[in-house]
Parts: sequence; C-alpha cells; structure tokens
Amino acid sequence: MPPQVKYIIKRLLAGVAMLLGLSVLVFLLLRAAPGDPVDAYINPSAAMSPQDLAALRTRFGLDQPLPVQYLAWLRAAITGDLGYSLQGTGDAVLPLVLSHIGPTMLLMGAGITLAVVFGIAGGVLGAVRRNGAVDLLLSVLAFLGISSPAFLTALVGLYLFAVRLRLVPSGAMLTPGAPFALGDLLAHLVLPAVLLSIGHTALIMRYTRASMLEVLNADYVRTARAKGVREFSVVARHALRNALLPVVTLIGSTIGLAIGGAVFIESVFNWPGMGLLMVTAVRARDYPVIMGAALVIGAFVLLLNLLTDLAYAAVDPRIKVG
Amino acid sequence: MAARSQGPMRRALGRFASNPAALAGLAILLPLLLAVIAYPLWLHFGPNDVDLMARNAPPGAAHWLGTDGVGRDVLARLMQGGRTSLLVAVLSVSLSLAIGFVVGALAAFGDRWADSIAMRCVDLAMTLPPVILLLVLASIIGTGIGPTVWVIALLSWPVLARMVRARLLEVRERDFVIAARGMGAGTLHLLFRHGLPNAIDIMVVYATLQIANAILLEAGLSFLGLGIPPPAASWGNMMNAAQSTVVLEQYVWQWMSPGATLVLTVLAINFIGDGLRDAFDPRSGLN
Repeated sequence: MPPQVKYIIKRLLAGVAMLLGLSVLVFLLLRAAPGDPVDAYINPSAAMSPQDLAALRTRFGLDQPLPVQYLAWLRAAITGDLGYSLQGTGDAVLPLVLSHIGPTMLLMGAGITLAVVFGIAGGVLGAVRRNGAVDLLLSVLAFLGISSPAFLTALVGLYLFAVRLRLVPSGAMLTPGAPFALGDLLAHLVLPAVLLSIGHTALIMRYTRASMLEVLNADYVRTARAKGVREFSVVARHALRNALLPVVTLIGSTIGLAIGGAVFIESVFNWPGMGLLMVTAVRARDYPVIMGAALVIGAFVLLLNLLTDLAYAAVDPRIKVG
Repeated sequence: MAARSQGPMRRALGRFASNPAALAGLAILLPLLLAVIAYPLWLHFGPNDVDLMARNAPPGAAHWLGTDGVGRDVLARLMQGGRTSLLVAVLSVSLSLAIGFVVGALAAFGDRWADSIAMRCVDLAMTLPPVILLLVLASIIGTGIGPTVWVIALLSWPVLARMVRARLLEVRERDFVIAARGMGAGTLHLLFRHGLPNAIDIMVVYATLQIANAILLEAGLSFLGLGIPPPAASWGNMMNAAQSTVVLEQYVWQWMSPGATLVLTVLAINFIGDGLRDAFDPRSGLN
C-alpha cells in the first residue's frame, strides 16, 4: 500500500475515534446537567401524567445502566434524533440546529477568507520588509489583534461603523420585513465578518511572516536569486509556495477559535447563527439544544481538521506518514 | 562574574530583566495591581454607592470616569471589577495548575493504563472548541464567582497536563528517578520531589499566560451574562451594559473604560509571560 493511502486510512480511523469520543463527552455532560433527562425526549407542549412519564423512562431505557443508555442515545443520535428543545414550542433539536448552520457558515466563511487574504499579504510584506517601518507597524497591529477579545472588537466596531458613522446596519442578517436582496445581506455581513477576521488575520500574519523568513534564507531561494529570477517571482513563486504549507495547517486548526469568536460576534450583532442559538439556549438552560449544538459544532470542527490534514498530505509529498 | 557560576534560575532572571517588552509589561501591571488592591484608600466611592443626582454622568471632577445608569461611580466599579477578575483568574489558574500537574504527572510516572486513561480524558476535553466547551460547562455549573472559577479551571487544565506529561516522560528515564524508584519511592514522593521541581518552569510560564487567558474568559462569560452576575462588578459585566444601544451610543465611558483596562492588563501579562518563556528556554541564550 502506498504510504499516502496508509496515512489517509489512519487519519480517517483517528477521526472516527475522535467523533465517538466527542459523542461520549456530550452524552456525559448531558447526563451531568441538572434536571430530569426524560424532559429532553418529551415534546413540552404535550401533557404528561406520572404513569406516562414512568412508561417513557422505561421506553427510553433511562432505568438502564449508563453504558446501555449511551448506546441507545448514540443510536438515536445517528438517525438524527437529538431530542426536543425545552423552550417555546419544543422544536426537535436537529432541524433547529441545522437551520442555524447556514448563517454561521456564511459569517465564518467570509471572515476566514478575509483573514487568509490579509494575513498572508501582511505576513509576506512584513517578511520582505523585515524590521522596517511597515513590518513594525504590522507587528504592533498583530499583537493588538491577538490581545483584544472578540466581544470588545465587536463593540468598538459596532460603535464606530454602525452607530457613529452609520455606514452599515447595526445588527441582524437581513432588514426585517424587506424582500431578500443580495446587497442587503452583504451590507449586514461586512462589519461582523471584518471584525471576526481581525484576530485570525493577526495570527496568520505572524505565522506567515515567520515561515517566510525561514524560507527566504533557504538555499533554493538563494539559487533562484543567483540565476537572476526577478525579486517578485522569487517571493511569490519560490518562497511563498513553500512558506504557505505550515500556514495551511494553522488555518485549519484555528477554525475552532473562529467558532469561539463567532459566538461573541453573533451575540453582539444579533446574527441568527449557531453562536446566538447556543448563548440563548445556555441562558434558558435548554440542555438538549446546548448539547445538540455542541455535538454538531464538534463534528463540524473534526471534519474540517480531517479535510485540512488530507489536503495537506495531498499537496506536500514530504508529509510524515505515521 | 562571581567565582561560582550562576544557577539556571539566576540566569533566567537575568535574561528576563534584559527583555524590554517584559519590563514594560511589569511597568504597566504593577501600578495597576497596586491601584486595584488599595483602591478604598484613594477613592472615596464604593462600587455600589448610588449617586442619584449624577446618573449617566460623563467623566468629570467628581466622578473621574463618570457614572453608570443608576449613578454608581465607574472608576470604583472598575477597581472592584479588577479585584473580581484577578480573584477569579488566580483561583482558576491555581485549580487548573493542580489538576493539570497531577493528571500530567500521573500519566508520566504511572503505568501504561494510567497514562492512556489520563490522556484519553485530555483528548476528550479537547474535542470541542474552547468557547463552546466554556458555554456547555457554564450551562451545567452556573453563574457566580465560585462556579465561574470552576468553569475556567475545567476548561484550561488539559493543555498543561499535556505539557507536564511530555516533560516528565523525559525525566522518568533519568538516573535519579530510576534510583528513587529502586529505593522504593512512592507515587507521591516521585510526583512532588522529582516531578514538580522538573516541571516548575513550564508551570510558571503556563500560570502567567493562563492568568491573562482566564481574565479574558471571565470577561467573555460575564459579557454574555453567564459569568459574574450584577450587582457584583466585573470587567465583563460592565461591558455587558453596552448590549443596550443607548449605553453603547451615548454613555461610552461606561463600557470603554473596562474594555481598555482589560486589553491593557492582558497585553501587560502576555508581555511578561512571553518574557518568562524566553527566559526559561535554554536555547534562547544562544541567539
């Protein structure tokens, strides 16, 4: 078997193991939460007698030992049954969670794209103009970006651009009541996406700069310069392509961080995504929704990490197998 | 140069003292700490004293940083909030140091079973993105100072456990540990006589950087209304007021002052932490 295939199989198996671990964690946390677990299985708008409750408890196996309960819960979860929300009309958890994925993906996709573009551009600029005024300025900005919490940048951004300058709307994803228009969506998207990207731009910039500096000292770059390749071509074609490899892994592994930032941005901007759903659910102690959302987010992050690793193995033939 | 060569600790301190960023961090942090700890001595407002004649007053001669919606002095709440933030940070970091060290050291010095059980627990705790796990833990443990300390500690220990284990796996193979084992040393002796001194540099650096992280986590939780509930003051719940558009737009001093203090504190601590990390890194002397 070629080493690449072996690596991919190994990585897939590890991914499945981590997904199972995640499900164990979510199940244990759900059971550790205060309240009766049977609540999670009932539609709260339906009336229930104590006899019915006891019957339900037996039916759902809540009188069984924990490992048996876990397997039953897992079987239900695989078929898409994550229980019911404890709030409002008691919607089923999975459709509720899935309906909030789109806005979060849109916000994070836009934010991460901005971060990748500006982070890499800034990092290359800093490395090429090493220790110059531009480099210093970018380093200070990067340090500020990494040190400012997402909720503070969100507040400052909201205050400056939506409240003071009135350039963009101050919240939500679409103007309520208005018919859907792409321009309207983009106007609502641009500020939260830029604010979400700040921390990541800073991180990617520092990483790209360090990686570029290392590569710019490599022999093949000196060779390229010696044989008279133009400087732009040396930086863009010879150095950047190699320097970007570690940055790709960084981008993959910061998706989890981006989700954290999205929680705060969505709360500040009332963006109808997973973060807002979770914060609202935590305030209401709506455990089935909290754990359902956590499970879906965790699975999503695992999948993205898996894809990053596989992409990395595909583009870099030197990838360590094992 | 003294006749005796300097010990590693002295050399590390020397490297730290010649790091301008780290010293700048100290120069910001120490006065701030002093002001926060001693604020009742120099400020004659309490954090919950209400001045009904001056509600939402802008910064001025009487109230240096203005007042909030019920006429409480923002500076006094900022100082009291600093106490809360530091208390939560120090307690949660102490807890996560204890858990992280014990789990990491048991994994390194114990048998293969202890190692794999401990490390699977660490893996498990790290499958969820940090903020999501933070929300989940907060929903189970609840709000208030004690619960917030636990939430942050439970979120943070796995990283340290991994670092301690990696370090002590090397130490385990060293002669003095093998000798101690041969002479019948118990687990506790191994942990605290041989494990702790050899992991102390990791733990100092982790503790410093984690204090900054814990301050941010507490502020984030309180900002979402899931950490320290009012009327107690914390930097996070002071900024929570800005979720109201009126406060955000017209009473900026109420949320900008805790925000600026938070960023300044975290920056200072991060400078100090980076300085300590470079100081303890034996390779840093070679550059």
